[in-house]
Amino acid sequence: MFQWILYTSLVILGISLVLFFIRIMKGPSVNDRILGLDALGISLVGFIGVVMILQKTLIYADIILVLSILSFIGTVAMSKFVEGGSVFDRD
Amino acid sequence: MTGIEIVTSIFIVLGTLLVFLSAIGVIRLPDVYSRMHAAGKSSTLGVIFLMLAVITYFLPEGFNAKILLVILFVFLTAPLSSLMINRSAYRNGVPLDESSVRDDLKEMYKCEKG
Repeated sequence: MFQWILYTSLVILGISLVLFFIRIMKGPSVNDRILGLDALGISLVGFIGVVMILQKTLIYADIILVLSILSFIGTVAMSKFVEGGSVFDRD
Repeated sequence: MTGIEIVTSIFIVLGTLLVFLSAIGVIRLPDVYSRMHAAGKSSTLGVIFLMLAVITYFLPEGFNAKILLVILFVFLTAPLSSLMINRSAYRNGVPLDESSVRDDLKEMYKCEKG
């Protein structure tokens, strides 16, 4: 029963990752694509969490932390680049 | 199923449903500002539930502080990234949907430019 719940949740999370990917491919503006990338990075963290429970291991904890940090940094850098062309503000 | 597996299953089902709801919202909603609601709030809460499931499942082997750090980091940075995306969209002139009723920011940005 527990295995069945884990596999079903992995399938549903995979479907939602595919939906975010469709938004990245389709998005009318650049900001839609950045939004899709941000949501995909966040959801991938949850996906790896379920895989951790499935494999009964804790070694992916570092990978989850680095993935969430990289997703945030990438989102902020891309949106600031789109906004004004300059990533770092220097007064 | 033991007690820990039951609690873990409840957290996993809640988190998966929230992430799936956020994906449906990102596909179905009309413009970038309303899509950010779905992607920024629902997805974050879903990931927090999934991380709580991980913490609960590995609780007999000892408390893991790295996963708690992930929860804190996601909770702290998701509103910031939503703000950055929406502000850059508004300043680039991405149009609102035709069904939106009012635009409160128009006066503010007119004052800032003029």
